[in-house]
Amino acid sequence: MNQTVIPIHPAPSQAPAQPPSPQATPTGAMLRTMGLVSTICGLIIVGAYQSTLGAVAANKKIALERAVFKVIPAAKTIAEFVALPGGEVKEKVGAGETAAGALTFYAAYDGSGQLAGIAAEGGAKGYADTVRIMYGYSPTCACIVGLGVVSMRETPGIGDKIITDKAFLANFVSLDAKLNGELKALANEIKTVKHGAKTNAWQIDAISGATITSRAVGKAINESAQSLLPRLVPNLDKLKKS
Amino acid sequence: MSTIAAAPRTWDEFMEGIWKQNPVFVMVLGMCPTLAVTVSGVNALSMGVATSFVLVCSCALVSLMRSFTPKEVRIAVYIVIIATFVTVVDYAIQAISLALYDALGAFIQLIVVNCIILGRAEAHASKNAPVPAMINAAGMGVGFTIGLLALGVVREIFGAGTLFGVSLFSANFQPWVIMVLPPGGFFVLGSWLLLFSWWARRKEAQQNA
Amino acid sequence: MSSTIEIRSAPHVKGSRTVEQIMRQVVYSLVPVCAFFVWQYGISALALITVVTGVCIWTERVFTGTGTQSGHIQDYSSVITGLLLALTLPPGFPLWMAAVAAFISIALGKALFGGIGFNVFNPALVGRAFAQAAFPTAIATYTPSFLSGRGSEFIPSSLALPLMQPADTAAWLHGMQIDGWTGATPLAQWKFEQTLVGAGELLTSLGGHLPIGPSPVLIVLCGLYLASRRFMDWRIPMAVFGSAAITAWALFLLDPARFPTPFFTLLSGGLALGAVYMATDMATSPVTPKGMWFYGALIGFLTVIIRNFSGLPEGVMYAILLGNAVTPLIERVTQPTPFGKGASKKARRAASYSLNPSYISRDGDVQERDKS
Repeated sequence: MNQTVIPIHPAPSQAPAQPPSPQATPTGAMLRTMGLVSTICGLIIVGAYQSTLGAVAANKKIALERAVFKVIPAAKTIAEFVALPGGEVKEKVGAGETAAGALTFYAAYDGSGQLAGIAAEGGAKGYADTVRIMYGYSPTCACIVGLGVVSMRETPGIGDKIITDKAFLANFVSLDAKLNGELKALANEIKTVKHGAKTNAWQIDAISGATITSRAVGKAINESAQSLLPRLVPNLDKLKKS
Repeated sequence: MSTIAAAPRTWDEFMEGIWKQNPVFVMVLGMCPTLAVTVSGVNALSMGVATSFVLVCSCALVSLMRSFTPKEVRIAVYIVIIATFVTVVDYAIQAISLALYDALGAFIQLIVVNCIILGRAEAHASKNAPVPAMINAAGMGVGFTIGLLALGVVREIFGAGTLFGVSLFSANFQPWVIMVLPPGGFFVLGSWLLLFSWWARRKEAQQNA
Repeated sequence: MSSTIEIRSAPHVKGSRTVEQIMRQVVYSLVPVCAFFVWQYGISALALITVVTGVCIWTERVFTGTGTQSGHIQDYSSVITGLLLALTLPPGFPLWMAAVAAFISIALGKALFGGIGFNVFNPALVGRAFAQAAFPTAIATYTPSFLSGRGSEFIPSSLALPLMQPADTAAWLHGMQIDGWTGATPLAQWKFEQTLVGAGELLTSLGGHLPIGPSPVLIVLCGLYLASRRFMDWRIPMAVFGSAAITAWALFLLDPARFPTPFFTLLSGGLALGAVYMATDMATSPVTPKGMWFYGALIGFLTVIIRNFSGLPEGVMYAILLGNAVTPLIERVTQPTPFGKGASKKARRAASYSLNPSYISRDGDVQERDKS
C-alpha cells in the first residue's frame, strides 16, 4: 500500500514541510488541472447528450401520446397547442417557453384526420401532494370523456384508487362541461360530491374512504376547464386539420 | 508487488466492499437512496447499477488524474468528475425508460452527493492505480447493489406481493402499505441491521469459544 | 420471581407492591370492558381478543427467553398490551393482521428497548400505529354492534387467510338487510358526512347498530376502581379529559357549524380508553405530579387538534404516542425542588451534585466560612 502512495506525493507537494501554506502549489497548476478535468468532463457530457438525444425525445413523445390516447381512445395522432390569455389559440412550435398565462393542451385526431378530442393537464392538492391529472374533452358532447393520472403521491391502497376504481372512473365517461351563455365560464361548476350523492351530470361521485383525493381530481378538472374551455371553444375550427 | 500476491489481493479488494465494508450494512452510508428508492426490486437494482457505474467510472478517472491533481483542488476535481458521470447516467436512464426515470426521481441526480462515491475517490482511488481502484470501486458498487436489493426485495414482496414485477401470491393478496411508505424503509433496514449484527456477534462468540 | 436475588445500590426502600400485582389488578379491571366488547360484537371480538393476547404472550415468552429483557413472562404486562390492542382494533379486523400487530407491539414496542420499564412508547399503540400504516383500509372498516347472529357467526373479514385481503363486509351487511346501518364510526360520520350521533347513544354504547367500542361510562368506572385503589394516577385521565373538553369547547364556540360539541369529543372514539388505560401506562408517562398534568393536557389538546384539522377522523393514538415521546423532556422540566433549596436556578444546579459526600462537606465549609 505505502509503496504505491510514495511516488505520488512528491509531484504536487514540492516542499514536504508541515504547514500547508497556500503557496505549496502554483496557481497555474491548479488552473491547468481544473481546465483539463473540465474539458474531459465536458466532452463526456456532450457525447452522452448527443447519443441519447434521439432516444429520450422518442421516449417522451411515446409517453405523451400514451397519456393522451388513454383519455381519448379514438385518437391516432396528436398536436400541441397553446391558448393565449387573450383568447387566441395557436399551434405550439418548437420546445421553447410559452408566453405568460398561456395554457398548453393537445388536440387529438382520429385515423381520418378528424378532431377526436382535446386533452389537457390539471393539478390540485391531494392528501399527500399535488395530484396531476390529464383529462379528455370532447367538443361534440361538450363533456369530459376520460381521466388519466400524470403524477401523484397519494397513499397506496387508498388514494391511488382513482386510477383503478371502476365506479369512480365511470364518472368520466360523459361528465358535463358545457359553457354558459356568454362562453366565459362553465355553466355548472364541476364538483366532487360525497360517495353516493351524485345527482347531476356535472358532479363527480367520490370514492368512499378516498374523499380528499377524489376532491382533488374534481378541483383539478374544474380549475383547468374553467380557464381553458372559454378560450378553446370559440376557436374550435382552428384545430380542425386539413 | 509480486504477481503471486496480486491475485488474492485483487479478490480481497473486490470482496471488501461486498462483505467486510459493505456500504449499506456495515458502514451505513448512502442512506438517502437506500431508504427512498427501494420500494421495488427493479428500482433497487437500477439504482444500484447506476451508482456502481458512476462509482467505477469516476474512480477510474480520479485514479488516472491522481498525479496531476494538487490537493488544494482535489475535492472540486472529484465533484466535477462524479457530476459528469451522474449526468451521463441521467441521460442514459431517460433514454432507456421514462417510467424508471420518474420512479427514481431526484435520487439519480443526488448520486452526486452520495458519500460512498466521494469516500471511495478520496480514500482509495486518489492513492491507487486505475485497475485496483476500479476493482475496489466495483466491489463497493456490487455491495451497495446487494444492500439495495435486500431492502427492495423485502419491501416489494410485502408491499405489492410481487418480486421483480412477477406476482407471487393470488390476486387477493393484501399489500402492506407501510412497506412502500418511507417508514417501511426504516423498518426493513433496521431488521437487516439487526440480523447482521446478531450474526456477527454469534460468529465472534463461536471464535472466542 | 422470589428465587431471583436483586442486587441494587442504595436506597433500599421498596414499595410493597410488585409489578405483577399492579398489572394483575389492571387486567382484572379490563375484564368488564372486554366482556362488554364481546357482548357488542360476539364471537369475532372474542376471537380477536384471544388471538391478540395469545400472540403478545407468545412474543413476550420468546424475547424473555433470550435473557435480554427486564421483565418476566408472569408479570401480566403482555396480557395488558394484548387486551388494550384488541380493544383498539375494529372487531372484524382480520385475525392474521391482528397477530402481526400484536407481534410488532411486543417486539418493536417493548422487547427492542429491553423489556418492561425501558420502552419509550406504549407497546399497544406501537402495534396499532403499525397496523394503521400497513393496513389502512382494514383498520377503518367497522361493522355495527349488536347484530343478531353475532354469538355464533363470525364477521367474514375476521377469517381472512394469512396475507390475503379480507372479505367485503359491506356486501355481507347488505345481505343481512339491516335498515339504516352504517359502517362509519361516529367520528368518521362527523368527519366525512357531518352527522352527529346523539350523546346518549355514545354514553352507553347501547344504541342499536352503531359501530363503536365499549361504553365510555364503563371504562371510566373501571378506571375509578384502579384510581381508588391507587393502581393508577388519577391526574393523567383528568388532565386528558379536561384539556380535550376545553379545547373542543373553545373550537365549538368559535364555529359551532364546523366543530362538534365538547360532549361528542369526550364520548366518541377511543378517548376514554386512551385516557384511562393507555396514557397512564407507568413506563411511558411522567412520574412528577406537575408533569402528569402537563402530559395529560398535551394529549387531550393534540387529540382534538388531530381530529379536527387532519385527514384522520381519530387522533388519540398519535396524541398519546407524541405525549410518550416528550415524557422525558416533561420530567426534566418538572423536577420538584429539593426541600430546603430555593427555586432559583443556581440552587437547583447545586442539588444535582450535592449527593457526592466531598461536595457536601465543602458546602459545609463554605457555610462555616461565611459565618465567621
